[in-house]
Amino acid sequence: MNMSLEQLDSITARYTNRMSYYTKIVRICCGTGCVSSGSLQVYEGLKKILEEKGLTETVLVKQTGCHGLCERGPIVVLGNDEILYQSVGKRNIEDDISALIDTISDNKIIERMLYQGEDKTKRYISPKDIPFYAGQDRIVLSLNGIIDAEDIEEYISLGGYRGLYKALLMEPAEIIDWIDKSGLRGRGGGGFPTGTKWRSCRNAPGEVKYVVANGDEGDPGAFMDRSLMEGNPHGVIEGMIIGGYAIGSNQGFIYVRDEYPLAVNRLIKAIESAREYGLLGKNIFDSGFDFDIKIFRGGGAFVCGESTALMSSIEGKSGEPRAKYIHTVEKGIWEKPTNLNNVETWACVPHIINKGWEWFASIGTPHSKGTKVFSLVGKVKNTGLIEVPMGITLREIIYDLGGGIQGNRRFKAVQTGGPSGGCIPEAYLEMPVDFDSLTRLGSMMGSGGMIVMDERNCMVDVAKYFLKFLVEESCGKCTPCREGVRRMYEIVDRICNGEGQRGDIHHLEELAHAISLGSLCGLGQSAPNPVLSTIKYFRDEYTIHIEEKRCPAGVCKALIRFIILPDKCTGCMRCSAECPAHCIKGDKKEVHVIDETLCIKCGNCYDVCRFDAVMIE
Amino acid sequence: MVEFKINGRKVQGEKGETILDVAKREGYDIPTLCYHEKLGSDGRCRLCIVEVQRGNRRRFVTSCLFPIENNIDVYIDSKDVILIRKTILELLLARCPGSEIIQHLAAEYDVTETRYTKDIDKGKCILCGQCIRTCESIVGVSALCMSGKGPAKKVTTPFDEPSDVCIGCGACAVVCPTGHIYIEDRGGYRTIWRKKFELARCPQCNRLHAPIEQLEFISKKTGVNIDELMICQNCK
Repeated sequence: MNMSLEQLDSITARYTNRMSYYTKIVRICCGTGCVSSGSLQVYEGLKKILEEKGLTETVLVKQTGCHGLCERGPIVVLGNDEILYQSVGKRNIEDDISALIDTISDNKIIERMLYQGEDKTKRYISPKDIPFYAGQDRIVLSLNGIIDAEDIEEYISLGGYRGLYKALLMEPAEIIDWIDKSGLRGRGGGGFPTGTKWRSCRNAPGEVKYVVANGDEGDPGAFMDRSLMEGNPHGVIEGMIIGGYAIGSNQGFIYVRDEYPLAVNRLIKAIESAREYGLLGKNIFDSGFDFDIKIFRGGGAFVCGESTALMSSIEGKSGEPRAKYIHTVEKGIWEKPTNLNNVETWACVPHIINKGWEWFASIGTPHSKGTKVFSLVGKVKNTGLIEVPMGITLREIIYDLGGGIQGNRRFKAVQTGGPSGGCIPEAYLEMPVDFDSLTRLGSMMGSGGMIVMDERNCMVDVAKYFLKFLVEESCGKCTPCREGVRRMYEIVDRICNGEGQRGDIHHLEELAHAISLGSLCGLGQSAPNPVLSTIKYFRDEYTIHIEEKRCPAGVCKALIRFIILPDKCTGCMRCSAECPAHCIKGDKKEVHVIDETLCIKCGNCYDVCRFDAVMIE
Repeated sequence: MVEFKINGRKVQGEKGETILDVAKREGYDIPTLCYHEKLGSDGRCRLCIVEVQRGNRRRFVTSCLFPIENNIDVYIDSKDVILIRKTILELLLARCPGSEIIQHLAAEYDVTETRYTKDIDKGKCILCGQCIRTCESIVGVSALCMSGKGPAKKVTTPFDEPSDVCIGCGACAVVCPTGHIYIEDRGGYRTIWRKKFELARCPQCNRLHAPIEQLEFISKKTGVNIDELMICQNCK
């Protein structure tokens, strides 16, 4: 097909016409989170009943990408954001599907499936009213949860590929100028100005140039890029075509980890349909510009998210970073100028071209423009995917959108930026979140992981967790990262085991300093951050572990014991039933006792006791 | 011509040269482990790190790779540079406690003991990769590679199996800076990388001199008759 503006319009008209036959549209979240909680069964079940009832002509049931509220999945949205049902099919799938049918045919609102607020007094009907959604500003995710990711016509009909059409009428230099003025900075971690990068690549000598989308998201607890690639792959592709035109490249690569099979499949389908519709290939929109995209699947090495390691991997070599003394915009893949951006950065591009740089620059803070997608996880009530304007405070994210801390416990820290980031304490909850503010606090934006921790998280243990991850994921190329990080892990592990010594903190700080200055790539250089930031803000916890051999949060197993308080124990037998080691003895209505020689310190008894009779000492 | 300063003294070099090239010529002593004059470097060991200042920007770069620039200030033994080197040497002492060269280098930086548990499974290998580069670019067979990642990374043959392409030349063992690679000539055979090679006997002096596979490889590459190659260097 030879694509033109008229074609886009006629596809849109056809789609609008097609949609007008439906009296109801049901959007079922089929992002990875909801799929794992059973949304595909809801989809199949609902389709089947609609067929039996002969309603398929008037009711459209769609599989969409991630809606964001993963905590309450499977999410089903009816109409144009009229009703949001949560946890559909989780309790009883037949009941819930017949309830959905009641809503579809009789407009009956089913109370029990509505989202309930924290105070348990109010139930919300429309997602627009739910604080989790109301506090968001969805640009990159605007079509996530709305469209069927595998239907290019739907993307086109909702404004897709019009940014590309517009861009191809502009001069490449003008596009770069727009990106520059929009203030867009790289969403993958460093926050490097995108326009500057594009210009350097455009100006680099060489006929052949490449553009790359980095979809090798690997931070623990992060799924922003995944949801984007799964939910709206065309957004990324459109951004890359525009970038290719602006930079002077005819070949793009999407590097996506193979552990994201749905993302890989959706991207493959999206590229195929874009080719079929003439949006990839020769002479796009009759502009004389050719562009195509190839997918590379990553084997799951964390380091391959680092730009030079990723490029090595694309070249078929082992995924090891190299020194960037000569920038990749000059010599990247196969020594050709290569412009790499994160998938979220690419997805911002069509919106900037469509709505103008002024619009994008009007959102955010003076030096960080636009919005940022975060995956909000950990001890927060509403875990999920959010897109918020830069400059929003941590408190707004965690308490307004996130609904606060689970069990209303006390907030302790939020870890941002993945394993290379750091932990930010309560004192900075009011701080507006942007690239520079997070870096100032010893953390970083990273790609947008946000792990919330409460008073029951031990910060030394948290540092140990990230160190373990980094030891395993160090590529092993350079000495400071390969040898140094594992030694940091050994020291922190010793501290958690009650074998900490005076001088350990100083030793950690010194080793961290040498690793961050001496390592080859960004991952090694930032590997000490989890330790440095926890020492910076939670030094006392380290000291208590070392000097008093105590874990104040009650996490480090070598330093704690569980005891049952006789005056509080009612002998309900709940703890003994839940104890996997069968080490809690006591008859009904008798005080229970833990046999410490058998106790594995899992904490189940502590969690299940309704009378606060289990104490961590 | 590029002009810059090392430790405050003006020096000159050609465009494309590295800091290490110029520093060596000017008589400065920068320690290296993974660098080789003929093979270059990959920046793995990080021992040759120096501090580079340009305006207000301060960065730490491996001198073996960093191309010289006009008006940069290079400090080859600043406080932080010394800390990085000492740290690397202490870490390598723990990894390769049996390596004489590392002990020697560490002693030069007053590092005589390591605070870390000594490894017993790494031998003397510091993963510099010179053996791999030699095998690939000098010998031209690519019998060696790195496998695994992080602390488990090691130099080996693919899948730890005796290599189909290894010719037993031993160039890897010659180039290894720490003497990690084990090579044994005994009873008419050479053993290296788990593979046994029959050694050629010189028809003139009866001396065992090179693996037959290596001579066959040379014959194939150069067109020289294998019978000619069977004669050892001394008798030629």
